[in-house]
Amino acid sequence: MSLDLPVIFTILMGAAILAYVILDGYDLGVAMLMPAATADEQERMVASIGPFWDANQTWLVLGVGLLLVAFPAAHGIVMTALYLPVIAMLVGLMLRGVSFEFRVKAEGWQREMWHWLLWFGSFVMAAAQGLMLASYITGFESGFGYFLFGLVVAGGVCGGYVLLGATWLIWRTDGTLQRKAVAWTHWGLLWVAVGIAFVSLATPIVSETVYHKWFDFPRTLALMLLPLATGAAWVWIWRTASAVRRGTATLDWLPFVGAVALFVLSFAGLAYSLFPYVVMDRMTIWEAAAHPSSLKVVLVGALVVLPFIVGYTIYAYRVFRGKAPASLYER
Amino acid sequence: METGEALLLARAQFALNISFHILFPSITIALAWILVYFRTRYALTGEAAWLETYKLWTKIFALTFAMGVVSGVVMSFQFGTNWPGFMNTVGNVAGPLLAFEVLTAFFLEATFLGVMLFGMNRVPGWMHLTSTVLVAAGTTLSAFWILALNSWMQTPVGHGMSEGQIVAADWWQILFTPSFPYRFTHMFLASGLTAAFVVAGLSAWRLLKAPRDTAAARTLRAGIVIAAVLAPVQAFVGDQHGLNTLEHQPAKIAAIEAIWKTERGAPLVLFAIPNEKEQRNDFSIEIPRGASLILTHSLDGELKGLDEFAPDVPPVAPLFFGFRLMVGMGVLMIALSWYGAWRVRNGVVPPQWLLWTFAAFTFSGWVATLAGWYVTEIGRQPWLVTGILRTADAVGPVGGAQLGASLTSYIITYTLLLAAYLVVLTHLAGKGAGETGAPAGRLAKGVAA
Repeated sequence: MSLDLPVIFTILMGAAILAYVILDGYDLGVAMLMPAATADEQERMVASIGPFWDANQTWLVLGVGLLLVAFPAAHGIVMTALYLPVIAMLVGLMLRGVSFEFRVKAEGWQREMWHWLLWFGSFVMAAAQGLMLASYITGFESGFGYFLFGLVVAGGVCGGYVLLGATWLIWRTDGTLQRKAVAWTHWGLLWVAVGIAFVSLATPIVSETVYHKWFDFPRTLALMLLPLATGAAWVWIWRTASAVRRGTATLDWLPFVGAVALFVLSFAGLAYSLFPYVVMDRMTIWEAAAHPSSLKVVLVGALVVLPFIVGYTIYAYRVFRGKAPASLYER
Repeated sequence: METGEALLLARAQFALNISFHILFPSITIALAWILVYFRTRYALTGEAAWLETYKLWTKIFALTFAMGVVSGVVMSFQFGTNWPGFMNTVGNVAGPLLAFEVLTAFFLEATFLGVMLFGMNRVPGWMHLTSTVLVAAGTTLSAFWILALNSWMQTPVGHGMSEGQIVAADWWQILFTPSFPYRFTHMFLASGLTAAFVVAGLSAWRLLKAPRDTAAARTLRAGIVIAAVLAPVQAFVGDQHGLNTLEHQPAKIAAIEAIWKTERGAPLVLFAIPNEKEQRNDFSIEIPRGASLILTHSLDGELKGLDEFAPDVPPVAPLFFGFRLMVGMGVLMIALSWYGAWRVRNGVVPPQWLLWTFAAFTFSGWVATLAGWYVTEIGRQPWLVTGILRTADAVGPVGGAQLGASLTSYIITYTLLLAAYLVVLTHLAGKGAGETGAPAGRLAKGVAA
């Protein structure tokens, strides 16, 4: 039996991108919520993501790296088609990344500036990723309607990240900030409900391929499990967050798990819409795949190294477990 | 927009990206190991002064590292956004090398940097030291993979061809191409020198503001001694690297030495204005037979001129001047570090003017490193991968307007970041200097950073 390497690499790449969206999603979400908090709360919010953001962001490099390694032909097409949003995301990424350091090391107005740039960079990253996703699903079509669709998806992605960030804060903080985070979670849920509903309805309209994949009876009936599960996760987050506020729940990480589930389900729906295309309607994963000799080398390497990465990632999360301190940085 | 102009813009953008990026790894690759040294000294002695030194330089490291990480992510996207032809042709070699860099280095350094920066009170001392070592190992591994790829692009071996694409044949050969050992050693030492001068320079700056700061005096000595040891080794390794280049990329050497025509007993051109149009040197100052003596170790050894390789030759002027800038800076760094080592040999703080000189030389490593990279990368032209892929054939379809927008965004962002970086670095080095008249007492108080 020979391995279907393109499929294996699609799964690997998907896993890396999903890991990125969830992990960097929560720290981008936390940073995007900063304007809604007081100065002390902001300090603690940054402390809750300070040890993690860099490694979280690395999953993006791995995801794009796997696209580049496994599907070099598609990599060029995707990256050149998404040129401007990619550049915007990278500028946001630079500003956000260095702001963690600058905001505690600069003085006076500069400190204030970096403080805002942390928020701004995170927001630009999230919005740009939404634009990229919208353009990717629609096969890089351009036009006013597609642009509007892009804005909606960008709003949805921002809302989703805010939801992840808010549930992360429920888990990692307590007191007033935690209660605020519950309120943010509820607002985030309303936003995400609108976003998911809109994107789910709009995507089959803008893409015929997606339409045929989902509206094909009787398969549609089985597929309806996905939106049902998404709805269940939504209710779960709402109720567990409320329970934390009432003080009846001791498991303050439950809302975060629900938010992760929401992302996994949305991601699954998206993956189903796209497969087997790596460039929508144009190039399948088998057409774009790199030479098997190179794929095998990377696969062996990944299978050896990934367990270590997962292992020390878990270690780092254990080291920084529990509620975040008031501040992490020495001035 | 002419494709030629789009190509020029794409190249300008790549040059800007990589020039900005290399500034930071050139410090962190070696500074990470210097931190291991500080951390080990603290572990062995338990002295608060070592801890304070470690903490100060960890801050500088963290900032520099963050700059390197974010600009590095930008680099990794450039392959797809601007040079899709690169991956289409040599993706089977470049892809795995980049993937291994992410898998073995990026996650390692990013994860343990968190433990190293924020975990001192959360993990046992030995684990904190181990985290510092793992971060250093990660930065060095990262350099290993990316220099392996760069060396393969310069002197490709170990591959085959299949349907217009390069296919890997022997990974061992691909990793250890003829130029790799020289390039890696040369770059590692360059980082050592760059970091040493940053440590010495910022410590000198500190001593100018707080003359009795014993911690700064100690790091000044550390920086000077490291530089004084590494600088002559670098001169030797650089020479060996040059001989290796003569063997594998003779056109590059011909451009560096501005030798237009093949000749025996070629002179060493000390200075000239290379005249690309007339294929000769104007206003040249030469040492007769010098180049032949240095490169072939014989007074009338034959050196191949650019005419031998035309039309596939790199532009002469940037290589000629870049090389002289690098060597000139290197000579100054040797002289300054040796003189400095002599002056601090008894543990005395050097005189004001010498402190000012070291402060002025803080980023001398950047000048030499950038000049060196310009020589070796422009020297690869017109090839992106020597003999396999031309730079012009790898550029993507992105038009001039989009390129203009991205290039402008990058220029603004990089200017902001670089300015902020320099401001904060000088601020960190001078911080608290005026607060206390008795630095020794402040040291005894320990960790109030």
